[in-house]
Amino acid sequence: MSKQFQFKLVLLGESAVGKSSLVLRFVKDQFDDYRESTIGAAFLTQTVTLEDQTTVKFEIWDTAGQERYKSLAPMYYRNANCAVVVYDITQSASLEKARNWIRELQRQADPSIVIALCGNKSDLSARRQVSEEEAKKYAEEEGLMWAETSAKTGEGVSEIFTAIAKKLPLTAPPSARTGAGRAPTGPKSVDLNKQPAGQNSNEPCNC
Amino acid sequence: MDEEYDVVVLGTGLTECILSGLLSKEGKKVLHMDRNDYYGGDSASLNLTQLYRKFRPGQEPPSELGRDRDYAVDLIPKFIIASGEMTQILVHTDVTRYLEFKQIAGSFVYRDGKISKVPSTEMEAVRSPLMGLFEKRRAKKFFEFLQNWKDEDPATHQGIDLDKDSMKTVYEKFGLEPGTQDFVGHAMALYLDDDYITKPARAAYNRIVLYTSSMARYGKSPYIYPLYGLGELPQSFARLSAIYGGTYMLDKSIDEIVTDEQGKFVGVRSGGETVKAKQVIGDPSYFGAGKQTDGKLRVVEESKVIRAICVLKHPIPETDDSDSCQIIIPQNQVGRRNDIYIAMVSSTHNVCAKGIHIAIVSTIVETDKPELEIAPGLKLLGTIHDKFVSITPVYTPTTTGQDDNIFITQSYDATSHFETVVEDVQDVWKRVTGSDLVLKKQEVEVQQ
Repeated sequence: MSKQFQFKLVLLGESAVGKSSLVLRFVKDQFDDYRESTIGAAFLTQTVTLEDQTTVKFEIWDTAGQERYKSLAPMYYRNANCAVVVYDITQSASLEKARNWIRELQRQADPSIVIALCGNKSDLSARRQVSEEEAKKYAEEEGLMWAETSAKTGEGVSEIFTAIAKKLPLTAPPSARTGAGRAPTGPKSVDLNKQPAGQNSNEPCNC
Repeated sequence: MDEEYDVVVLGTGLTECILSGLLSKEGKKVLHMDRNDYYGGDSASLNLTQLYRKFRPGQEPPSELGRDRDYAVDLIPKFIIASGEMTQILVHTDVTRYLEFKQIAGSFVYRDGKISKVPSTEMEAVRSPLMGLFEKRRAKKFFEFLQNWKDEDPATHQGIDLDKDSMKTVYEKFGLEPGTQDFVGHAMALYLDDDYITKPARAAYNRIVLYTSSMARYGKSPYIYPLYGLGELPQSFARLSAIYGGTYMLDKSIDEIVTDEQGKFVGVRSGGETVKAKQVIGDPSYFGAGKQTDGKLRVVEESKVIRAICVLKHPIPETDDSDSCQIIIPQNQVGRRNDIYIAMVSSTHNVCAKGIHIAIVSTIVETDKPELEIAPGLKLLGTIHDKFVSITPVYTPTTTGQDDNIFITQSYDATSHFETVVEDVQDVWKRVTGSDLVLKKQEVEVQQ
C-alpha cells in the first residue's frame, strides 16, 4: 500500500498578492478576477501524488486577513511543516514584506520548516518590478525554494506545491486526523468530538 | 479604519474572542482590537520574554530555563471541565480543528495536612483515605441518591425537594461527616466557600453531576487542557472570527470611548483616528478598571484574586509524579473563608521546557497580606525555583449596556474552570443581540 503523509502548510505575504487565489487554483483549479480577500474556510486540503505513489496531503491555512495589521496568532505558525511566502512581481514593496514574513517564520516557526518563496502574477510580467534574478538570489541566500506562478493562468502553481511535497521529510509516520506534523508527547490527546461510551449523567458513580 | 462597523470588540481575552467569533459568524461586521501585541488579554499564555516584560520589566529571562518559544505560561489557572458548557462551545463552533487537548492527570484534595487523590474509580474509592469504612457506606448511599434522581419520579426523591431543601438537609439526611461534606462541596461541586450549604440543593446537585459525568468522560480527572496553553483558546476563536470576516488589530492603544450628548456609544478613538460602530464590547480594563471615566463608573471591583505562578523543577510531591494536576485546599482545612487552588501543568502540555513544571496557586484575597494567605498552597509545592505573583481585581460592569450600547464583560474569577466564562458570554450575547445564545452545530467548510 502506498504511504500517505499529511502536512500543515501556511500561506504568508502582504494583502492582495494573491495568496488565496494561489490556493484556489491549486485546490479547485479555479480563478476569480474579482475575488474579495479571505476565503471563509477553516483550511483547505489538497493531495499531491508523487512518482513513487506516495501521497502528500496538504492542510492549507490561509491568513484569513489577520496578516493585514500584523495580527497573526502564534497558533498560525504552530506545527507548520511548510510555508509559501507570496509576493507580487509587479510590486517591489511586496518582496520587502515577504522578507519580513520569512524573518518572522525563522523566529516563530519550527526550524525544520520548508519555506517556498513564490512570485505571483507572472502573467503580468509586462509590469514586472521584481526581477527573477533578484528574488532567486535572495532565496538562495536564505536557503528557500523559489518559483514564479500565475494563479490566473495556473502557470507554475501545481509545480511549486509538488516541489514542496518532494522536499518534505517523508520519514515521520502518517499522523492522525488533525495530523499535520504534531508530535505526540506522552499520553495521547483526547477527541472532544467523540462521544465517549457511557457518557451519561445517570451512569453508576465512580466515587 | 474609516469604515463603520457593527461591533467593535476591545481586548482579546477568551470571553471577547468567543463573542467576536460568534458575532462574525452571525454576519456582523466586527473590528477586534487589543492594546497588547499578543492575543489573550488577561487569559493569555505568555512566552518567557512576555512573562518577564509583564512581571519584571527590564530584566532578561535566565537562559537556564531554556528556549523562549517552549513556554506558554497561563496568566489565569483554569482547566476545561470535560462535560461542561465550554466543551459544547468548542465543539459547536468547530474550533476544535485548531486545538489539541490532553487530560489533566489528576485531581487532589487536601485534608488534615496531606493530599489525597479525589477518587475516580470504585477501586480508588475503596482505597481512598478520605473516608472511613462506615462513612464510605453512607457516601455510597448519598451518591446513589444523586445518580438515581429523576425530577419526574418522586420515588427517587426520598422525601427531598432539591429546589426547597438546603444542601445541609441533604447532608444530614445521609449523615455525612464534615470532612466528607468538605470533599463533596469543594473538591466535587467546586464551591469556593461554604455559602452553598444553606441554599437549595439543586445547584450543588447540578455541579456534582457535572463533575462525575466529566470524570466519567476521559477517566483520569474531570479536566482537559489545550496543548500550548490556555492562550490557544482565544486565538482559535479569533481565527473563527477572522474567517468570517472579522478584522484584527493588535498593539493598538485605545485612547477614548467616544459617546454622544446622551452618553450613547459612537466610536473608539485610537491615536488620531476614531472608528465608528453601533456597539462596543470590551473587558473591564478598557472601561476605567474601577475608576471613573468621563464622570461615569462603568465597572466596580467585586473582590481581588491573588495568583502565584511558580516555576518548579520537579512534579508536586505526593501527586504520584503527575504531569499535571489540580489540588484543592478546602477553606475549612486552613481556617479560611475561600478555598486555595493549585493548578499544575508541564511540558506534557507543551507549555514549558522539559523538566519544568508550572504551578499556579490562587485564592480570593481576604486580608491585607494576600501572600501569606497562599502560604499553605506554596508549602505543598516543594522547592520553588521562581515565583511571579499578581493581585488582580475582579471587576463587574455597573450597567447592562442596553442604554448606551457599551457592553462590558466580567474579569476572570477564581473558579477552576471556564463555566462562569460561558455564563458571561451568554449574558453579554443576550444584552448585545436581545436574544438567547443558541449554539447550532455548524460545520466550518473544509474543501476536500
